[in-house]
Amino acid sequence: MSDANQNAGPSENSDLHSAMPTEKIKAIPLRHPWRNLVAAVLLVASISFLYDASHREIYDWATFTHYLFNHRVLTGVIVTLELTAYAMVIAVLLGIGLAVMRQSPNPVLKSVAWAFIWFFRGTPVYVQLVFWGLLSTVYPSITFGIPHVGDIATIPSINNLSLFVLAVIGLSLNEAAYMAEIVRAGLLSVDRGQEEAAKALGMGWGLSMRRIIIPQAMRIIIPPTGNEVISMLKTTSLVTAIPLTIDLYMATRDISATTYKPVPLLLVASTWYLVFTSVLMVLQYFLEKRFARGYAQMGLEVQAAPLEGNGAG
Amino acid sequence: MTTNSQFMVQAQNVHKSFGAHEVLKGITLNVAHGEVMCLVGPSGSGKSTFLRCINHLEVVNGGRLLVDGELIGYRDGGEKLFELKASEAALQRRDIGMVFQKFNLFPHLTALENVVEAPIRVKKLSRSEAIVRGKELLARVGLETKFDAYPAHLSGGQQQRVAIARALAMDPKLMLFDEPTSALDPELVGEVLDVMRELAKSGMTMIVVTHEMGFAREVADSLVFMDNGVVVESGKPAEVLLNPQHDRTKAFLSKVL
Repeated sequence: MSDANQNAGPSENSDLHSAMPTEKIKAIPLRHPWRNLVAAVLLVASISFLYDASHREIYDWATFTHYLFNHRVLTGVIVTLELTAYAMVIAVLLGIGLAVMRQSPNPVLKSVAWAFIWFFRGTPVYVQLVFWGLLSTVYPSITFGIPHVGDIATIPSINNLSLFVLAVIGLSLNEAAYMAEIVRAGLLSVDRGQEEAAKALGMGWGLSMRRIIIPQAMRIIIPPTGNEVISMLKTTSLVTAIPLTIDLYMATRDISATTYKPVPLLLVASTWYLVFTSVLMVLQYFLEKRFARGYAQMGLEVQAAPLEGNGAG
Repeated sequence: MTTNSQFMVQAQNVHKSFGAHEVLKGITLNVAHGEVMCLVGPSGSGKSTFLRCINHLEVVNGGRLLVDGELIGYRDGGEKLFELKASEAALQRRDIGMVFQKFNLFPHLTALENVVEAPIRVKKLSRSEAIVRGKELLARVGLETKFDAYPAHLSGGQQQRVAIARALAMDPKLMLFDEPTSALDPELVGEVLDVMRELAKSGMTMIVVTHEMGFAREVADSLVFMDNGVVVESGKPAEVLLNPQHDRTKAFLSKVL
């Protein structure tokens, strides 16, 4: 940039520069009295809250520390993490499928994806989980067949599905509807010219999606997906609706049912959720920084490039 | 190269509408094998739309458009036309290269990867073969030092030259250029026109939508002036540019020359 300025700048510019003051500025920085006051008030309030909390009997910190690493609690932590991981992996894959279907030129695929998103995003996840829990009651068995001809196949009993599997299905189908919208936003962010260029090279729709569009959309898709993982970690506490009762939240509820001390066990659950959402936030921070850095660098290098030699010229 | 037809491109009364707005109102013209044709005219005259119809990026609403004797976008079933499947349309586009105003390089791929992507995935060329050929083509457009550069690290002129190499990698029988220098800084226009000039000399059939009248006069075999969805005037570039017959052509040329 500086080269270009020197070459392009008319000669009187340099005279102008030499006439300007060159010493460093030593100004008094802008004061922020209100900011400091509010910070002080908040600090005092926080300290008094923490002091109060440390002495308040109902928090019962002895019980809290006793159960923080309790075997049932730790098992619950594992179940919660497993539910989150399985549900998110399925939701991301299904979400990509649904988003691609919605962008497809095929009206059947488009409508199916639209209906899926409409239903699973339009009803509460808690209600959906209750339904999944009732699945074997509603459909004791499923038979495929042609009327007056005969049965082709029967799935004998959905009872065989464990509550854990039902929970994963329930959580992932709901999340897939949200992931589909995130992926769709990513796909829409890719310039239309990319698809046209791929088309003009004789690429079919599937190939251009896989090789050209989706790789570019990933940059937009990844940050909000991190957000969804954090959200999913907490949503797993709703699997009690199935009812799956071995996750972190239900483990602490079960313990407090026998100890009659609900508050310290709620604190145990909250602590574990906070630990893992914090870990996820750190991961997301680095992921976002990495993808943002790619863009920032590009911007700088685009400006620098025209100054290089032109090979053919 | 096998020749199916006397002309590379035959447009017969081609019509195209976007909703109620008719953009092409009956275009009829022929492009011979090896001919370089420049399409000029004011913006909104339909010249870019016509170019995009030739490789079926836009669907023709009326008339016939043939490339090398093959009907574009439809199968002629005698009395009725049948819309082509997406895969069949993709097959037709393979042989028609296109260069866009905004380059449309794939930003997540290097220059060389941009060039070899379609030969490997679409033409099923072996990777090593495609890379040898890709390097040749990039060298041909003067970018032998930029194989591993990402598009964002290249100037506009370099990007457009990669785009030309990318189109040539599919061994097209026809090249379409949609205002290839309009998005470039003035000092970068020359390097792209040089590549196109060399390509024209090699005998490639080219249709170029452009505002570069100097290039049209020097390189083109024929010049077509379009306005408001119709061909107003066509002929040898020197004749049309120096001695326009129609008032609309005169008015346009007086502004751009």
